Amino acid sequence: MLSLAPRAAGGWARLPSACGAAAVLRPSPWVEKSPADHAAFTRPCSSQKKVTRVCVRNGYSFGRLDLLGRRGSPLAHASVFCPFNLPKYKGKLDMSLFPVENIRNFSIIAHVDHGKSTLADRLLEITGTIAKTDQNKQVLDKLQVERERGITVKAQTASLFYNYEGINYLLNLIDTPGHVDFSYEVSRSLSACQGVILVVDANEGIQAQTMANFYLAFEAQLAIIPVINKIDLKNADPERVEKQIEKLFDLSKEECIRISAKLGTNVEKVLQEVIEKVPPPSVNIDDPLKALVFDSTFDHYRGVIANIALFGGEIQKGHKIVSAHTGKTYEVNEVGILTPNERPTHKLYAGQVGYLIAGMKEVTEAQIGDTLYLHKQPVEPLPGFKSAKPMVFAGMYPVDQSEYNNLKSAIEKLTLNDSSVTIHRDSSLALGAGWRLGFLGLLHLEVFNQRLEQEYNASVILTAPTVPYKAVLSSPKLIKEHRKEEITIINPAEFPDKFSVSEYLEPIVLGTVITPDEYIGKIITLCQARRAVQKDMVYIDEHRVMLKYIFPLNEILVDFYDALKSHSSGYASFDYEDAGYQTADLVKMDILLNGNSVEELGTVVHKDKAYAVGKAMCERLKDAIPRQLFEIAIQATLGSKVIARETVKAYRKNVLAKCYGGDITRKMKLLKRQAEGKKKMRKIGNVEVPKDAFISVLKRQSEK
Amino acid sequence: WPYCQKRCSYCNFNKYIPRGLDEASMRSCLTQEARTLIQLSQVHRISSVFFGGGTPSLASPQTIAAVLETISRCAHLAADASRLAEFRASGINRLSIGIQSLDDAELILLGRDHTAHEALGTLEEAKKLFPGRTSIDLIFGLPGQSVASWTKGLEELLQQCDDHVSLYQLTLERGTSLFRQVQQGSVPAPKQEVVAEMYEVAREMLRDTGYRQYEVSNFARNGALSAHNLSYWQGSQYIGIGPGAHGRFVPRAHGENLREARIQTLEPDSWMKEVQAFGHGTRKRAAQGELEVVSVSQYLQWVSPLLPHQHWLQFAPSLSLWDVFGTSVEVKELEDQGLLLLDNRGLRCSWKGLAVLDSLLLTLLNQLQQSWEDR
Repeated sequence: MLSLAPRAAGGWARLPSACGAAAVLRPSPWVEKSPADHAAFTRPCSSQKKVTRVCVRNGYSFGRLDLLGRRGSPLAHASVFCPFNLPKYKGKLDMSLFPVENIRNFSIIAHVDHGKSTLADRLLEITGTIAKTDQNKQVLDKLQVERERGITVKAQTASLFYNYEGINYLLNLIDTPGHVDFSYEVSRSLSACQGVILVVDANEGIQAQTMANFYLAFEAQLAIIPVINKIDLKNADPERVEKQIEKLFDLSKEECIRISAKLGTNVEKVLQEVIEKVPPPSVNIDDPLKALVFDSTFDHYRGVIANIALFGGEIQKGHKIVSAHTGKTYEVNEVGILTPNERPTHKLYAGQVGYLIAGMKEVTEAQIGDTLYLHKQPVEPLPGFKSAKPMVFAGMYPVDQSEYNNLKSAIEKLTLNDSSVTIHRDSSLALGAGWRLGFLGLLHLEVFNQRLEQEYNASVILTAPTVPYKAVLSSPKLIKEHRKEEITIINPAEFPDKFSVSEYLEPIVLGTVITPDEYIGKIITLCQARRAVQKDMVYIDEHRVMLKYIFPLNEILVDFYDALKSHSSGYASFDYEDAGYQTADLVKMDILLNGNSVEELGTVVHKDKAYAVGKAMCERLKDAIPRQLFEIAIQATLGSKVIARETVKAYRKNVLAKCYGGDITRKMKLLKRQAEGKKKMRKIGNVEVPKDAFISVLKRQSEK
Repeated sequence: WPYCQKRCSYCNFNKYIPRGLDEASMRSCLTQEARTLIQLSQVHRISSVFFGGGTPSLASPQTIAAVLETISRCAHLAADASRLAEFRASGINRLSIGIQSLDDAELILLGRDHTAHEALGTLEEAKKLFPGRTSIDLIFGLPGQSVASWTKGLEELLQQCDDHVSLYQLTLERGTSLFRQVQQGSVPAPKQEVVAEMYEVAREMLRDTGYRQYEVSNFARNGALSAHNLSYWQGSQYIGIGPGAHGRFVPRAHGENLREARIQTLEPDSWMKEVQAFGHGTRKRAAQGELEVVSVSQYLQWVSPLLPHQHWLQFAPSLSLWDVFGTSVEVKELEDQGLLLLDNRGLRCSWKGLAVLDSLLLTLLNQLQQSWEDR
């Protein structure tokens, strides 16, 4: 028998039961002081009864009994016991109930939209972690941008409690972002896991991100549970997907679980597979404390909240801990588990995953990958993570300079939770003071921008993204100046000319395209136009092909994804991973207005692309610069060679004077306003260029 | 006269379609406001009276006569001042006829309620009644209009018209039906290049026919300049009477020495109530600062470069024209391009410069403001 009641006094939950029997109600353990009551709560739910609803609202929890599980027949051997019925120690959850062998740490990985978050919602519901309602959509995706785009940006963790064959298990679900831009986040999350659920859409089959995510898990030597989702769809073809999985991942058909996360079909089976197939963490509670920081968030009231995975020992309030990275000592204020909101616990033990608050003031103090140990009991630090390396840069400026400080504080707040964004102050004669920001990838950039707009109501000018080029210097003078031979060029103004450089390098990526075979021709043509070199081409089933290409990163930055989608009627998927640098024939292109160079429009381009880029920029400028009293030549140049030119013709007529009595007032007002605007224009030689013209040339062209 | 029979598709003036109009009380209000404001200005001699609208010819000659009579009773009115005949009898001495176009399709597009043929008939009659004092208004730069069709119409009119022509480029005003049609794409937007060509060709045709361009839009031969417009451009005072009328004069009766810009209440019924209550319906008064007076006066000089203007020094005795513009690099550039002329007759734009005056004005007004502040 199960008893559930509001956490605080003030209400008794009514438990409807199908057979009309009255349910016994008792105060919740959360307010229970008497140790005598513990026994009642340690008892698992009766195996025939299943809690299908547990609501958590403002700290109140109550549940309902349902004699028949809504999802069909009651399960004979597995059931859920309520997480908030756990025994307490001094009013806090007692985690000692979960020895290492009863712990499973796992992630769900999938291509975007294959149903990872929906599966997570179901797992949370089945285990009673959240209430089962129709509103549970992407519960772990807390950000507005995540819900809108159906993606996960910031990994979230949730501890689930599950009774299987009479044993209480602690299942730590570590949610991962689904996109390659966040592969750093994925690798962090995976390092705290021993297994993954690999979700594949029964209709779409294996997609590019499925591949990328599989390899991340495979390389980390994790147990992999293949799950074929959306079998309820009309076009579902699980047999075909099973064959793909067999061929590409070398996992047998029999291992695949066919589910519908949306309807809940077979989802319990997934949980049971997690228990059966994922090994418990191999750690020892008797070792000294060894905790891995795998994520961190910032809370305005409580400071840094570090997500930790314990690889040895135990941790509790009052412990003195040391960061292996900084050597700083902290006193632990609070530890707990995430459900997915923070729930304080008495202790955390080896093998468990949870959070820690220890008076850290800045996220940089909780370095991802850092190891924490007990004061005076140092341990060998865990191997660190590769640090996130920005691959896409873009200038960010306030639309109005008076907004500079607001934008600055918004960016600072956002980066508190996202240490992978790099920030350099920058200023442009045309756009004023701003920043050059480095992102992990394009999606990362877009998400950052969207979060600024949605969460901080900031409106910004975002310049077209660029990649970090490199130059190997040959001029001794420059080498001395930079104190190194190889320099990274983020700002085109710093581009050294070819006489002082032995070679230029550009970043490249290994791109994976998966497409139905009828689009191969078009896609190969597209890739070639992007200077890509084919590395591999494999049929993953009778109709689908996986192509691998080395792309210059720059070539996929702007509209590659859209082009790919439009060349394949939306069926092709794409993903990429960092592949280092290669030599490239780079040039700096200048834009001249009547012979005067416009500094902020200088661009580094590949020589083969200079003409097209120059022409496009000249055309955009032509449309954006208003006519003036003289002709304006807009030129794109490489050194002294003009590669593109457009002309803005002079005004022949610009007078509308029609001034009689009343009109003078109106006309003078209009002229005054225009004269004020004229003062604000940026003058390049004698050419007046409005800010809008710069924006239209510099900003990202297409919204994706 | 704020009333029209019909709304033209391009017009955003303060105008109303009359419903149960009481012309007698409108008339008494117009005369009342005229009396009040003339007394306020303490002006003794009035050189011209201009009836605008709306459609002033919809007012009965009786109303026109009453207004003129009131004005001449309050101040000395210069003596050199079908329906047209009645208007003449009531004291009207100059007519401006809104022909706009000789193409009936264009007249429909503009929402006019007359044909080209009817307009030419009125022109004939007006010329007989007001010889040498009949002007025509034309609009160019219409959607779909070609340079050829524009010049053909202009050519035909130049054979029939009197000594004064006004050419207006169509401006698409927000809130008009033509603006909406262009926005929606149901009629094409006029092309900048084409409009520029129309203006240039028209200026040349008028020059070759003996007309002198004395203002951006106005052309006259045989000295038939519009006396009324001239006094605007020469910076004289003017009193605006009637709903939505603008005026600029010094309210000396209040002991003021600065010019005020005044706007009368827009809406006829409210305006009438105010006139009945206070003798006038002035809704907005704004004293004009020195810089503004100078700017406006300079602006007017630039708009009408061929007119004799009151000397710069009258407005700005402490600052010479040379101080303001003689040292400016930008002004020098414009001179070098042949757009501006600066000599002892003053600073004015050339024939070529007049066509791009709006661009020149921005430089000139900024320069004037700068020097004024640095003075």
